Amino acid sequence: MQNDDVIWDVIRHHHCSYMAKIQTGNFCRNPYNVTGICNRSSCPLANSRYATIRDHDGIFYLYMKTIERAHMPNKLWERVKLPKNYMKALEIIDKHLEYWPKLLVHKIKQRLTKMTQYRIRMVKLSKKVREKIMTVPRKEVKRESRREEKALRAAQIENVIEKELLERLIKGVYPDICNYDEEIFNKLLDKNKVEEQEEEEEEEAEVEYVEGDYEIEEEEELEDIEDMGDFLKANNFDDIEGDEDDLEEQPAKKKAYVSYPLKQDDGTEKVRRKGKKVVVEVERDEDMGNRQHNAMSNCAHQKLRFWHVFGRISRFFSRQSYQFEGIFFFFFCFRFFLCRTMIDLWFYSQEMLQRDSLLL
Amino acid sequence: MAKEKKRKAAEEAVDGDDYIEREDKKPKKQKLILASQIKNKEKRSAVYAKLKHEKRVEKHKKIKARDAASKQALELGEEPPEKMVPRTIENTRELDETVCRPDDEELFAGNDADEFSAVLKQQTAPKVLITTCRFNSSRGPAFIKELLSVIPNAQYYKRGTYELKKIVEYAKNKEFTSIIVVHTNRREPDALLLIGLPDGPTAHFRLSNLVLRKDIKNHGNPTSHEPELVLNNFTTRLGHRVGRMIQSLFPQVPNFRGRRVVTFHNQRDFIFFRHHRYVFEVKEKKEGLKDKKSKASQGKTEKKAIARLQECGPRFTLKLVSLQHGTFDTKGGEFEWVHKADMDTSRRRFFI
Repeated sequence: MQNDDVIWDVIRHHHCSYMAKIQTGNFCRNPYNVTGICNRSSCPLANSRYATIRDHDGIFYLYMKTIERAHMPNKLWERVKLPKNYMKALEIIDKHLEYWPKLLVHKIKQRLTKMTQYRIRMVKLSKKVREKIMTVPRKEVKRESRREEKALRAAQIENVIEKELLERLIKGVYPDICNYDEEIFNKLLDKNKVEEQEEEEEEEAEVEYVEGDYEIEEEEELEDIEDMGDFLKANNFDDIEGDEDDLEEQPAKKKAYVSYPLKQDDGTEKVRRKGKKVVVEVERDEDMGNRQHNAMSNCAHQKLRFWHVFGRISRFFSRQSYQFEGIFFFFFCFRFFLCRTMIDLWFYSQEMLQRDSLLL
Repeated sequence: MAKEKKRKAAEEAVDGDDYIEREDKKPKKQKLILASQIKNKEKRSAVYAKLKHEKRVEKHKKIKARDAASKQALELGEEPPEKMVPRTIENTRELDETVCRPDDEELFAGNDADEFSAVLKQQTAPKVLITTCRFNSSRGPAFIKELLSVIPNAQYYKRGTYELKKIVEYAKNKEFTSIIVVHTNRREPDALLLIGLPDGPTAHFRLSNLVLRKDIKNHGNPTSHEPELVLNNFTTRLGHRVGRMIQSLFPQVPNFRGRRVVTFHNQRDFIFFRHHRYVFEVKEKKEGLKDKKSKASQGKTEKKAIARLQECGPRFTLKLVSLQHGTFDTKGGEFEWVHKADMDTSRRRFFI
């Protein structure tokens, strides 16, 4: 026989497994409890006529129990699905719990309100993007750090960078770094080049990817991939252009760091960069004189011609007998040109001298 | 121990040996006693030391023989015997079919149609937005300051609580070309998210071994010239793509007068970042110091041209975790490459 008071007496004063006592009060863990507090009026075990709202997957159900079914625990709780609309749900609650004690109905409606609120909030939160914290097993962390150390040692980064920079210098990518004596340097670099070729077979092929390798020359594709892969060394990849002799000697490696298209016939490209002296000077610094003819536009050509003539004049003056006159000529021009260009001129004339002497 | 002795005694009884040297390493009747099986510590260490000594002696003999042979060959004017190449992990790397080849038309076509081609062909100047994760602390701000000095035309915006997708939109409106998000974990910058814009790929890197400029001895101070870029060892298609992505952060026309070089060196899937200032110098090297016998060559000094580097700026390593096609969208985006634990099983397999 169901006697609520007896049940409550036993539960409250002896032991209820659903009761959780904490600092602020007694709470009930029973899932059918409306308020969640351990109370005489809120205890689902001690009230034979009771109702709750529970939610499954975002849908709210009204659960009711009556004393008529108290002897059939299996069929004790009757469940009614509540619509998602708050007002309609309230109406349905009113309909089902019409003659029930007002307190309980009130508590149920309060619970419904709270649950709808937190359902809305949950939906909002799930739409928001939160950072997900993932753990990494310690074994992996250690392994990665070990591998990183070994890779660092194998990389020999400083050496590689220095080599790369030297090769770019040899290529003539740097037009006007003025902290070294150009003449001596060029000589040394030529010597270096010869030595390096002997050693090249033993070097590990470093695949390098240089910025701005998008020269749209005839052999665009070949140029682009020049730096990549052991294939280059393996297949003895030669740059097909006859002009770039030095590339033939160093097949596997670098490209001039020229990061703008060097269209051979197109003067328009050059016009854009007329202001930059860089283009012209790249050509000049190369000992391979042939390159000059191809990659220049009209105005640059004229410029060069001017310097060419100038060089001839200075060469003329640099002969033994005309030393004095040569110096006068030099200072004469000095007044009209910048110092730097004069130095360049001087070196240029020296080059011309050299070349002449070579030809002779 | 006693059993082994007895067994050995029984065996050797045939040979007629009374006392067998237990330290005998030569396999007698295919019985090899490992030094590690001897239980007595003193004996064991003695045996082991002897073993090591023998090995070392053998090695020295081999080296000497090799040197002598090569010298002889040189003197005779013949070719010296083949120098042995040490086996390295890079030598024995597993064959990867995605390695870029020099004659790959598809690659160039792909490059042209790339998301980065606009920046790399200098149609647009790179403009970088740097931001952080929601909680930034400790080394994060210092690292970001240094990043700002490394990458020209970079700006730092505070994160606030904006969603990353909103930030991407905002950046697109302001015409940025890429976003860098520095993620901090446990008060250390932990990950780098590189998002290309307008619809570029998203690369997620794990950052490690960060050394700030002030912690580097004899560091230099970078100037504001545009740096040169050196990208090493990006061999495979994936590496190529990542390399181009990194390249699109920097302006394509470097200022050589600044003599600044930024290096991204890939070694075994770890991308090492270095930032140097360089100088070319003439170095006098004394030739023939190795060969003490030939005194004639000792006086000769050879001049070599070298490059010297001074490190400035931060130093860190990156490891690619995932590359996603399109801007940041972890749920709906298509991942081109994701690192899985499965990929670590072989020590000779690398992907970049």
